[in-house]
Amino acid sequence: MLNDIFIAPFADMIAAPDFLMQVLWEGLVSGVLYALIALGFVLIFRSSRIFNFAQGIMVVFAALTLVGLHSFGIPAWISVALTLGVMFVLAVSIERVVLRPLVGQPDIILFMATIGITLFLIGGGEIIFGGENKVMITEELGIPTGDTVLEPFGGLLILQHLDITVVVVACALVAALLAFLNYTQMGRAIRALGDDHQAALSVGISLQTVWVLVWFIAGIIALVTGIAWGARAGVSFALEVIAYKALPVLMLGGLESITGAIIGGLMIGLLEKLFEIYWGQPLLGGNTETWFAFVLALIVLLFRPQGLFGERIIERV
Amino acid sequence: MRDTEGYVTADGRQIGGVLMEMKNITLKFGGVTAIQDISFDIHEGEIRAIIGPNGAGKSSMLNVISGFYTPTVGEVWYKGAKRPQMKPYEVARMGVARTFQNIALFEGMTVLDNVMTGRLTHMKSGIAAQALWWGSAQREEIENREVVEKVIDFLEIQNIRKTPVGRLPYGLKKRVELARALAAEPSLLLLDEPMAGMNVEEKEDMSRFILDVNDEFGTTIALIEHDMGVVMDLSDRVVVMDYGKKIGDGTPDEVRNNQDVIDAYLGVAH
Repeated sequence: MLNDIFIAPFADMIAAPDFLMQVLWEGLVSGVLYALIALGFVLIFRSSRIFNFAQGIMVVFAALTLVGLHSFGIPAWISVALTLGVMFVLAVSIERVVLRPLVGQPDIILFMATIGITLFLIGGGEIIFGGENKVMITEELGIPTGDTVLEPFGGLLILQHLDITVVVVACALVAALLAFLNYTQMGRAIRALGDDHQAALSVGISLQTVWVLVWFIAGIIALVTGIAWGARAGVSFALEVIAYKALPVLMLGGLESITGAIIGGLMIGLLEKLFEIYWGQPLLGGNTETWFAFVLALIVLLFRPQGLFGERIIERV
Repeated sequence: MRDTEGYVTADGRQIGGVLMEMKNITLKFGGVTAIQDISFDIHEGEIRAIIGPNGAGKSSMLNVISGFYTPTVGEVWYKGAKRPQMKPYEVARMGVARTFQNIALFEGMTVLDNVMTGRLTHMKSGIAAQALWWGSAQREEIENREVVEKVIDFLEIQNIRKTPVGRLPYGLKKRVELARALAAEPSLLLLDEPMAGMNVEEKEDMSRFILDVNDEFGTTIALIEHDMGVVMDLSDRVVVMDYGKKIGDGTPDEVRNNQDVIDAYLGVAH
């Protein structure tokens, strides 16, 4: 038994390094997507203290809108542009209708409001585009679908072109976001608002503008994730589930930290894959990926309640 | 000697015309009257102080000027026009910068980034240009950086520019807050108790900076302060408040000899 847990898995890893690389690669691909979704959560939380429960459904909604618009006969890339427009209108309406009247209310009320947004988007999406599963318009968007076979250590490593594209696009998006946040005035305004509302107002930052902006960025992230995940698993409301994977990512990385979200996402992606292949399947009958991340997050929370990178909050009583 | 076209101070500085005028300001919170029918003006280029015992309504007055509170009755005139009801960020964009009594800085950001946020009121390029780092946004960033570096040099905080603000001691935080307000190149600078909680040496430093700012950039400054000695040395004219009412207004000497002011500060036998 001890041998199965502590020795055999590592022996397997060393014996077949090409297979290990395959596992790591697949873990990395999901990890990048988790990180991206977590980033959407972090941005909104930092600038408004709202835990956006609707992030998951925004992924589905964006993907549905894209596929739906295309099915009406609109060319693929114009559909993408239109979907971005829809996400922008969504950001403006959420700010106007939901956030603005609730400014200054306790966090829990704003959180409940985002659950409301979730339900609204599920209903709206079904009415407009129908509830049946759809296929992502991968080829129409020009996303490559073949694969490349490498032979490291005389073994076999298959890289799906789709996965490579996902990783490249996601990394580019993350890098662009970080540059925007750190080196532009608008980015500074977003970070500033998260730190201190009063001070932000006093230097001329408009709450409303920044909120629309972060919800729109979250919308863009949702669209990219929706396309990537939709291409791998089809477009359906079940996609929302992958957004819940962002929760353990956030517990690990902390709700405040952008770096935390990225590292947390990659860690969860890699670790859940490794665990599934080397421990889950031989010892537990497989399918551990659905729960592993949550258990890992629980264990981390036991020792570091603020997450690995979150701000430690010391409250005076 | 004093009129709407400006005046000459005791030490011979020429002060400009009226920059801001408060007309019959009353501010009520429910049944509590924080400010009752107060009028005064602030001239261009002067250092104007608002003093008074605790709870006199000084901070409320500053919040009315900076748009955080809307007066129940009364008008605020700025640069010769009546100011409509505005949000604080709109007031900031009209050239009114401020600091806070309990320091409101962006703790997670570096000193440099904090001061850079002071330039947000000067942002002209659109969000799209910023996102894509287009020509105009890039040029602006460089221009802003130049102004910010000048302010940082001026306030002698070069050595901490990359330090996250959360790690700085209190006195330096106050200075960083002043730097952020100055970076906006404001027409009117509001300081809410700039010397609160400082030791003698820090107070002297801060006084010197306030005088230098006024002297070097000609910035109009309105400040609230508890420390009578400091106020009398710094300011050109002083408004004295007590229980929400104005009980004195004039040069430090005039105010010092005002019987109502003496009563308010020292108490009076009933």
